Amino acid sequence: MSLLSIRNLRVEYTTARGTVAAIPEFSLDIAQGESFGLVGESGCGKSTLIMAIMGYMGRNGRVAGGEILFEGRDLARASAEEWRKIRGGRIAIVYQEPATALNPSMTIGQQLMEVPIAHGGASTAEARTRAERVLADVHLPDPDSVMRRYPHQLSGGQKQRVVIAMALLANPSLLLLDEPTTGLDVTVEAAVLDLLNELREKYGTALFYISHNLGVIAQVCDRIGVMYAGKLVEDAPAAALFATPRHPYTRGLLGSLPRPGADKHTHPLVSIPGVVPSAGRAPESCGFLTRCALAQPGVCDAAPVPMEAVSGGHLVRCARWAEVEAPAATPASATVAPIAQERAEIVMRADEVSRMFPVGKRRLLANDRLSFVAKRGHVLAIVGESGSGKSTFAKVLAGLDAATSGRLDVLGDDVAGKPVRKRTAAKVAAVQMVFQNPDGTLNPSHPVGWPLARALRKFGIARERKDVDARVAALLDMVRLPASLRHALPRQLSGGQKQRIAIARAFAGNPELLVADEPVSALDVSVQAAVINLLLRIQAEHGTTLVFISHDLGLVRYLADEVVVMYLGQVMESGPVAALFDPPYHPYTEALLSAVPVPDPSLRTTRIRLEGEIPSPLNVPPGCRFATRCPRKLGAVCDDTPPPARDAGNDHVIHCHIPLERLRQSEPVFRHAS
Amino acid sequence: MSAPTATESAGRATPSLWRRLPSSPVAMVGLGIVLFWIVLALAAPLLPLAAPNAQDYMAMGHPGSSARHWLGVDPLGRDLLSRIIWGGRTVLAVAPLAVIVAYTVGCAMGLLAGYYRGWVDAAISRAADVILSFPVVVLYVILIANIGPSALNIVVAVVLASAPGIARIVRGLVLSLMHQEFVAAAYLRRESDVFVMLVELLPNCRGPLITDFCLRLGYTTITIGTLGFLGLGLPPPNPDWGGMVKQATSMITVFPHMSLYPTLALVSLILGFNLLADGITELSQAD
Amino acid sequence: MIRYILRRAVEMLLTLLVASFLVFVVTEFSPGNVARKTLGAFALQSQVDLLYEKLHLNDPLMVRYVRWLGVLTGTVADPLQDPALKLDFKDPRGDRYFGNFGYSTMYKAPVNDVLWDRLGNTALLAGLAFAVIVPLSLVLGVLAGMNAGSVLDRALSTVSIVMTSIPEFALGVLLVAIFVVWLHILPGTSPLDSHSGWSIAQQLVLPVAVLAIYDAGYVARMVRTSMAEVMAKPYVRTAVLKGLPRHRVILRHALRNALIAPFTVILLQINWLIGGVVVTELVFAYPGFGRMLLDASLFGDVSLIEAATLIALFVATSTQLLSDVGYRVLDPQARR
Repeated sequence: MSLLSIRNLRVEYTTARGTVAAIPEFSLDIAQGESFGLVGESGCGKSTLIMAIMGYMGRNGRVAGGEILFEGRDLARASAEEWRKIRGGRIAIVYQEPATALNPSMTIGQQLMEVPIAHGGASTAEARTRAERVLADVHLPDPDSVMRRYPHQLSGGQKQRVVIAMALLANPSLLLLDEPTTGLDVTVEAAVLDLLNELREKYGTALFYISHNLGVIAQVCDRIGVMYAGKLVEDAPAAALFATPRHPYTRGLLGSLPRPGADKHTHPLVSIPGVVPSAGRAPESCGFLTRCALAQPGVCDAAPVPMEAVSGGHLVRCARWAEVEAPAATPASATVAPIAQERAEIVMRADEVSRMFPVGKRRLLANDRLSFVAKRGHVLAIVGESGSGKSTFAKVLAGLDAATSGRLDVLGDDVAGKPVRKRTAAKVAAVQMVFQNPDGTLNPSHPVGWPLARALRKFGIARERKDVDARVAALLDMVRLPASLRHALPRQLSGGQKQRIAIARAFAGNPELLVADEPVSALDVSVQAAVINLLLRIQAEHGTTLVFISHDLGLVRYLADEVVVMYLGQVMESGPVAALFDPPYHPYTEALLSAVPVPDPSLRTTRIRLEGEIPSPLNVPPGCRFATRCPRKLGAVCDDTPPPARDAGNDHVIHCHIPLERLRQSEPVFRHAS
Repeated sequence: MSAPTATESAGRATPSLWRRLPSSPVAMVGLGIVLFWIVLALAAPLLPLAAPNAQDYMAMGHPGSSARHWLGVDPLGRDLLSRIIWGGRTVLAVAPLAVIVAYTVGCAMGLLAGYYRGWVDAAISRAADVILSFPVVVLYVILIANIGPSALNIVVAVVLASAPGIARIVRGLVLSLMHQEFVAAAYLRRESDVFVMLVELLPNCRGPLITDFCLRLGYTTITIGTLGFLGLGLPPPNPDWGGMVKQATSMITVFPHMSLYPTLALVSLILGFNLLADGITELSQAD
Repeated sequence: MIRYILRRAVEMLLTLLVASFLVFVVTEFSPGNVARKTLGAFALQSQVDLLYEKLHLNDPLMVRYVRWLGVLTGTVADPLQDPALKLDFKDPRGDRYFGNFGYSTMYKAPVNDVLWDRLGNTALLAGLAFAVIVPLSLVLGVLAGMNAGSVLDRALSTVSIVMTSIPEFALGVLLVAIFVVWLHILPGTSPLDSHSGWSIAQQLVLPVAVLAIYDAGYVARMVRTSMAEVMAKPYVRTAVLKGLPRHRVILRHALRNALIAPFTVILLQINWLIGGVVVTELVFAYPGFGRMLLDASLFGDVSLIEAATLIALFVATSTQLLSDVGYRVLDPQARR
């Protein structure tokens, strides 16, 4: 018998514009101890589903049909008292943002101990013992001290461990996980995923994991469902889903992810056209109809498409699933032609660039003697986790901040200590930037064409109104947006459209160097691919040098020509992309690579997990900054002496005390299972 | 070219709030009350009213409502209805004027403090703190009692008392807006400080400020009434709601209508502003 | 924490200094001078001029301010008490002591003789009002905010808007019209004089009601907003989905966080009450500090104005300090 059985569930919300069916019809079974992953982009209804299971839909939401059977009871009809026993007792939940999920004015101990007291009436002493035990289970060092702390005194990863501990305290039979690692650094994420796998075995709890990230789900789940527009469109064992996806949407999702080993020259990303429809706006028959390349009138838009079995345990909701068996051919035209590696002119040369912030009497070195170059027309990726100083460097380069020492030559001039106000107009136009957050990048008070026109005028590209209008239209066309959009306000645009405007704005002054700081990390997967493709196309067409800041190694491997790996303000390793993803590795790069959640269960990755937390940038070791967490630390020399730059040939430099020969002996992180 | 662009965009976004206004009954009631008084104030010279300062000695014997004087007369035999309508004219001229000037000063202070930080911020914030540590009525009493009661001085006092509070709100908004990437994008176009403040930042403070503006109109109306009641309002014989109440309180046991009608007029106008502010808050939270 | 309090106390002292100087500057605008006010309207101009000379009133503003400060701190003798002036002004405390606010030209008595009784009366009035405001606004605000969007919430919101829309003097008039003129159950004036036929308690009802109603509406709205915000926080959802009973969610998780912000607001009401008493005391002829300040301002009694302002500011800034310290105690994130 299933543990959780959702039958024809319909969830409706009452809004000012009427009733919206956020989930029109949803069925799903989860067995005892099973680990099920549900993938979907934002707005597909997966969070609504989780909250419907928990009976927490707010004043305006309700279950309008169907049933949610859990351990034989229908949750949709549970009484308040039944709910109190189920919530936190039989079904527990781990939230997306641990920082806000914990009460800021209560200690961790108080918050944990409430659970055993509320479920099963434990005494205070018992509750304390159990809370401490479960804190040890989630590998938090010194549970006793953690119990006495307040949430703001813990790091993001630690808070998430606390939330997981809280969920497990009453030994629930079902654990709902709502994007539990989104917002955490990759190395922290990898550790949390390991923990979930370990606890699942130990507690025998069934997992219902929702995420937008196929890679993460592949790490934890046996069975994966794909959700689109409030409906389950595909449901298959993990291996089958990745090997033989049947639904065009699933295939689209997989196509928009950079696969390990693939790059822009050989395997371009395939984007899904259009955007995710807002709740209740998707076509009745097939939600994906409007974005599907295979949609056929009369077949796909007639009646609601039912879920059909492809094989044992593999279900798909597509009228044409039998015809989409063969993998889609890669459109060759979209690949980016490799550029000549040799003799490319150096456009930017950083030479011992440092940015120091005084903090009280101490000094925070956000950038510590960075040295590397960017070549004309190349893509230089700077990779690192939060606190690595990659964004600080981006700002220094663009002139939004100034270096405190060192030399930063851009197109022949040293701009290290020169913010925008001290640069010439030509230099400012030549170095432009695309920002991370699509919602902050455009001024909400002005129409989206306004910053484009403004930039054209300020950079002297166009002065006459007619000229400006024509140029704005051309810029919009360059980023594949209709010219009519220039009068729209930013809030009328989707995230992807906003980032396109931001790219158009950056290109208004014909820049020679473009700094892109995590330009797609806030976008949905299917939109990411389109924006990346667009950015790479424009960059290649204009011969612009792109400095791409990212935390996503998969993406970096896909698009970069050269890579710089940063940790805590320093460069750990730099070199051509091909050299970086094979041994010799810097130990940090190796750990970072092994932490990347790969959306391919057939791929084996070396398992290296970093201990502890990133140290405070105010309190860094005098030697190698990575020494406190390095799994391959040699000894005191790492703590005390700055590591030498070891040249591995072909511009590949590793800053490490370990000799190159030993680094070369490492196994490659990614291996195909034979 | 910057200035027209800014007003253009502000003008476009405001109608969206105006258009949604009918969906809030609270805001509509408030707007209705305010409009009622605005129409009466505008129409005052056209209405067949007795002159507000004309004394009808015949009516003083029976000051209650009559065919000649619908709401009766005040202790000096002046027509109450006429004085209330003409009094509304003063309030509706002085209160918005004072609040608008206070907003100009307060926005400038807040923009400078939040934008430049450092010593500019320290100087502006400290000055604001000193003013804000005065109990407001005490500040008004000391100021007006010394510089003399007049419409201009009331405006000066309201500006002095309100601008620091407005500056504090604007400063907070600017501090959070400065982190937004569109400000960085403006720097990457080499925009000037003044441009960034006025065109990039100020229009985005609009939302929270609209509510505060309505609340302040209500509060300034309270202030004007209170000053009138304390004898620090417009000098007689100008019709002034607070002053009318004060003049009639000694007779409240005999002729309560003389103080009640102007009181109700004042309360209704304040209620109008406050309901409007509440409705707008509700609408902006529904976004 | 101690360092923080010390730093804030120094800031508070500076604020008081600057503010007292500002008041000094503002009183310069008022017609008439100390000499004329001291001697009264019927004194000869020559006498006034002589006194003006003797009191060094033609000294620059700054010099006179420092002299006033000297008298206040007890380092300079009060010039008005100089027997050579033959004004017959005497202060039993002497002419040189700390806290010497000088001589009130309006009451023809040392400020310290006039001030403290009235301040006591006002403290009684404001204290009673505060004791009504806090529980009333907390109950109304929490009930409304807990059920944001419900009928109860809307009803309570409307009531509190109406409450904050009636200025104190207007409320005074309305309450007097109802309870005095119409129902005859309460007195219309409160001179705190038990011979008037009304007990002191009866005399206090209306002034307290006027002060409390206006402020309670305001505070209730603050509490309501804060409570509604907290109820929508993810950690309250966490508490509900942990399976805690509703009363525990409200009391342990929501209430404490919801009261952090209004705590400051509530303490700042003391500042508002000081202003409110000026109006209320005038309406009910209450012998308090607020009416004294109003009279002094209208008369131009600089010593009394300065004394009253300093005390008002002292109360205001120390409650501000108290609220900031309290905030740090209540909010673990602000501690550090």
